[in-house]
Amino acid sequence: MRMNKQLHQRRSILSTLSLMAIGVWLRPILAFAKKPEAMEAIANIVGSNTPKDGRVKLVIPPLVENGNLVVLKVSVDSPMTADDYVKTIYVIAEGNPLPNIFTAYLTPRSGVANITTRVRLAETQRVWAIAQMSDGSYWRGYADTLVTLSACTEAI
Amino acid sequence: MSKTSRTSITMPTQAKKGSIIEIRAIAQHDMETGFRYTEGGKPIPRDIIRFFICQYNGVEVFKAELFPGTGANPMIIFSTIAAESGILQFEWQGDNGYEAVNQSQITVT
Repeated sequence: MRMNKQLHQRRSILSTLSLMAIGVWLRPILAFAKKPEAMEAIANIVGSNTPKDGRVKLVIPPLVENGNLVVLKVSVDSPMTADDYVKTIYVIAEGNPLPNIFTAYLTPRSGVANITTRVRLAETQRVWAIAQMSDGSYWRGYADTLVTLSACTEAI
Repeated sequence: MSKTSRTSITMPTQAKKGSIIEIRAIAQHDMETGFRYTEGGKPIPRDIIRFFICQYNGVEVFKAELFPGTGANPMIIFSTIAAESGILQFEWQGDNGYEAVNQSQITVT
């Protein structure tokens, strides 16, 4: 009987522990949930259009040690001819105090739609890239990243 | 009150006509976000570069808008088609009258 009770206790401890582990896993997903400003910024860009998924590839390191300088690469699949080219690439960070972090205006003379720059990331978050094509359509891509040391926290 | 800073351009000096060249442009700038505070608790005012423009023989081929979320000493790597020999002019514009201009020559064969 006593044995049984001990076993039961052990089991409940184990189940609590596993629940905690799940909680730890869930937290980053919940962190992605707060994004009204970013969605508003995207809505401001696309207006009444709906951005389609695809054609835009955004590359940032999945794990960032220092959010102050993160190398970000955007490439858009486009022939870049005079009648079919990428007009604008917007980069939106969901977790930054200001969601807009970079905007590039391209022309057919760009040849390819590849841009590399360095940005600041305030926290673990999802970063979006929205591309506006010359025909008026919008395409989007995103990348998730884990930031261990945040930008814009340090004082002088 | 106008100020400027060091800038650097890395790009090929020679290229085949019609080929795509990669240009790397860096400007020395703190890109003060406006979100930071001094030890005394005073906010540090925003001071960033707002625009970067590249002109190829006077024709604008690339432009970028920068925000506080762009890193310090902003680096931009982009590309253009080597259309003709001439001069590429790079211009940065920012807060507090910041302005910087850099030029680079290219020979297209």
